Amino acid sequence: MTSQPAQNDGDDGPALERVRLTVNGRLFEADVEPRRHLGDLLRHDLKLTGTHIGCEHGVCGACTVIVNGASVRSCLMFAGQAHGATVTTIEGLAAPDGTLHPIQQAFWDRHGLQCGFCTPGMMMTIKALLADIPDADEAEIRDAISGNLCRCTGYETIVDAALDAARALRGNV
Amino acid sequence: MGVRYFGSGVRRVEDPRLITGQGRYLDDLAIAGVLHAAFVRSVHAHARIVGVDAAAARQLSGVVAVYIAADLGELSSKRLPHTVPVGNVRQPLNYQPLADREVCHVGVPIAVVIAESRAIAEDAAALVEVNYEVLDAVVDWRRALDAGAPRVHADSPDNLVASLHGRFGDVEKVFASAPHVFSETFEVHRGGCHSMECRGVVAMPDPMGDGLTVWTSTQMPHMVRRLIADHLGRDERTVRVIAPDVGGGFGPKGVFYPEEIVLPLAALKLQRPVKWVEDRSEHFVATAQQRDQAWALEVAADADGRLLAVRGRCLHDNGGYVPYGLGAAVTSMAAFPGPYALQAVDIRIDIVFTNLVPNTPVRGAGRPTTCFVLERLADRVARELALDPAEVRRRSFVRKDQFPYLTGMNARDGSPITYDSGDYHACLEAVLERAGDDFAQRQAAALAKGRYLGRGIASYTEDTGLAPFEGATIRVEPGGKVVIFTGAASQGQGHATIFAQICADILGVRLEDIVVEAADTAKFPLGIGAIASRTAVTAGSSVHQAAVAVRAKALKVASEMLEASEADLVLEDGAVRVVGAAGLHVPLSQIASRLNGMSGIPIVPGVEPGLSATAYYEARKNTFANGTHLSEVEVDIDTGRVEITRYVVGHDCGLLINPMLVDGQVRGGVVHGIGNALFERMIYDEAGQPVTTTYADYLLPTAPEVPRIEIIHIQSPSPLNPIGVKGAGEGGTIPAAACIIAAIENALAPFGTRVNEHPVSPARLRQLIRAAMPAGHMAGAAI
Repeated sequence: MTSQPAQNDGDDGPALERVRLTVNGRLFEADVEPRRHLGDLLRHDLKLTGTHIGCEHGVCGACTVIVNGASVRSCLMFAGQAHGATVTTIEGLAAPDGTLHPIQQAFWDRHGLQCGFCTPGMMMTIKALLADIPDADEAEIRDAISGNLCRCTGYETIVDAALDAARALRGNV
Repeated sequence: MGVRYFGSGVRRVEDPRLITGQGRYLDDLAIAGVLHAAFVRSVHAHARIVGVDAAAARQLSGVVAVYIAADLGELSSKRLPHTVPVGNVRQPLNYQPLADREVCHVGVPIAVVIAESRAIAEDAAALVEVNYEVLDAVVDWRRALDAGAPRVHADSPDNLVASLHGRFGDVEKVFASAPHVFSETFEVHRGGCHSMECRGVVAMPDPMGDGLTVWTSTQMPHMVRRLIADHLGRDERTVRVIAPDVGGGFGPKGVFYPEEIVLPLAALKLQRPVKWVEDRSEHFVATAQQRDQAWALEVAADADGRLLAVRGRCLHDNGGYVPYGLGAAVTSMAAFPGPYALQAVDIRIDIVFTNLVPNTPVRGAGRPTTCFVLERLADRVARELALDPAEVRRRSFVRKDQFPYLTGMNARDGSPITYDSGDYHACLEAVLERAGDDFAQRQAAALAKGRYLGRGIASYTEDTGLAPFEGATIRVEPGGKVVIFTGAASQGQGHATIFAQICADILGVRLEDIVVEAADTAKFPLGIGAIASRTAVTAGSSVHQAAVAVRAKALKVASEMLEASEADLVLEDGAVRVVGAAGLHVPLSQIASRLNGMSGIPIVPGVEPGLSATAYYEARKNTFANGTHLSEVEVDIDTGRVEITRYVVGHDCGLLINPMLVDGQVRGGVVHGIGNALFERMIYDEAGQPVTTTYADYLLPTAPEVPRIEIIHIQSPSPLNPIGVKGAGEGGTIPAAACIIAAIENALAPFGTRVNEHPVSPARLRQLIRAAMPAGHMAGAAI
């Protein structure tokens, strides 16, 4: 998919740059202002609105996506910095046939979300954590999500969901 | 057919969308040709606007318009209508949509830029020059009523917004004859809502008519419709308001804001859709908060430590405008006497303007602070009389045999407040039993090793299910889906799931067969709002009543279709079945088809078309939830760090529709209270400039700081509604700060430290410890 160039491509507007990246297995290309951050690129240029913007100063973690295997705050990364990168967002978490990822399944089973706004970022953080530490314990999970704010749940059911998902991913459901 | 869903912790019907990134929050709304708005907001806490120069901004490429109040006519400078009645407000000064004379806190909207992109709009907003005459500001709410204090609104006679007075019993007599009277002062602070989704508004003129559609991340779409129509002088039928998925509300999204008028005005003027999404730095100055109260109170107790009466005064920081009546202060007042069977109460709350962001209810509203002061007074009595704090509660609680219990206070409509049901002692004892009786030993053993453990309890009552109503229509569609339409908006509570649970049992259908359409004024005509823990009671009861009516209708029609007596019919698996006649049944979808009619064929005599029904359960009196919380903490006296090591909740919100969801409400609420106790403080400097406007400065609780929360449910059904429920949205928050502060004070008992405030940061706790201890006592500790 190629997005339309931004409409402010006037004489005094900033020059646009072309960003090419792979998101959820698909190649995307977009022409964006240098100041566009990855979160806005995903949401507004690529129309992947599952990634949410909560603070735009890198603390709340709602915008967390996985870039080249690492969890990244998409509000703190310029779109241009993601040129050539492989990105996974919440929309790419389930299997292509729609089967929920074990993290998604566990969030559902454990009531790991209420308003759902922090949820995509939480799940991406947990995905990156479990890739690094498949048998993460409660303290490690709490530490890993300490950069993701949730105002609804009190975190406990998110931790429970992460523990369940870790077990499922290790093959002992 | 037995109850299958009601009472069961089923997974939420909302979640499949939300866990796959398919939620539809306000900023996800992409409308072709939409323009983007950015606001120019006051940079001073108090100033007169001398002039606005927008010339440079207007010239920026991509800018469509820059509006100040003068550009949008009288409607943009007329003060906003009120969300709630303001008959008790002496100076009900609300915002202007765009201020054109005076600004009364940092963040007041003065101009709006409309541009082709949000980035350009923000660029242009930075080019708008506002010429201010800076005026003296009131920042310290304790000084707002001082003679000679600056006026928050330059033209006001003084800074008193209103005075509330609540009183019952012979206060003077009780105090004069009480064996024990103690006095205390308290300062309590609560922060903002900090929903993870900020606010946002999209306004779109109807391309085919005179209508206006407004999407807004609100807790009360129908009220927003009413207020937009009221302010703009339009018929309500021409205004459609939709709350899409809303990423948390917690109170401040139940306020009507200037942007909800400015966006419609701009969209109507430009005849283009316009979108504004609040960013987080705006949220700190443009969304209402709940901040400070100072209390001076006396408590009277009898010789056994039974609480008899409370009297005193509260000074309440209202902020610069009154967008929501006296919400937080009124609930502080109505929260007396809490769970205690007091003989007398005399409380005055003076509500004062400050040049700060308005103070409106945040989860728990004014109840957590009243709970805090009552619980601290109860602990004071326990300490003075050398009683276990639990014993003071036991002796002072309203007893189970006293329900319905008239507290002596009056509700918002002036009627006497009556506690409908409950068993306060049961919650208390359940919590104490769960927590075990070895704490004193553990505490002593730890102290011997120089570690400071503390335990605290706090009890509360909460008025829930606020009048007047939320309605519901249930309609069975010929395709077989059962649709619940309601005005009740949701911000993550799981309303769709509990409505579906209530309905599914009555109609004998599966949860998957139910669709909930909510929070859209075009789909359901009336609504009030998701505030005051009222939705399960009001909308839940309406869903019950509507489902019962649909069921009756289905049975009547099926009786004719199956040629069977209604007495022999049951609803099961999506069909009406004849008992004892296997296979003899008619699906609800067929009944719906029959009642939707075919040309030329009359439907069943005496039955209205459509397999549907509408109900408005009328909430006349509040239902009262209650509970007791217990916490254990360890305080590091060298650093002031507090670790919460245990947290137990005894919670009674009547019958549980979905225990898993109630637990979620309680846990989230407790953690909000933990934030209030230890972390969250909205700080302004002497000039009224907010200094905590990022999440690096304003601390929200994060996962490592919060404990697991053990929950015990006591279920005292409410006799006031057909499903026996009470609200559950705020009970977790109400006693949490009181509970944790009590535990901290208990941990610091060896120093005699008193904590009559919150939040307590590590630095503040160190100050309090130092102040309480004799010089040289902390040998070895870096003081």
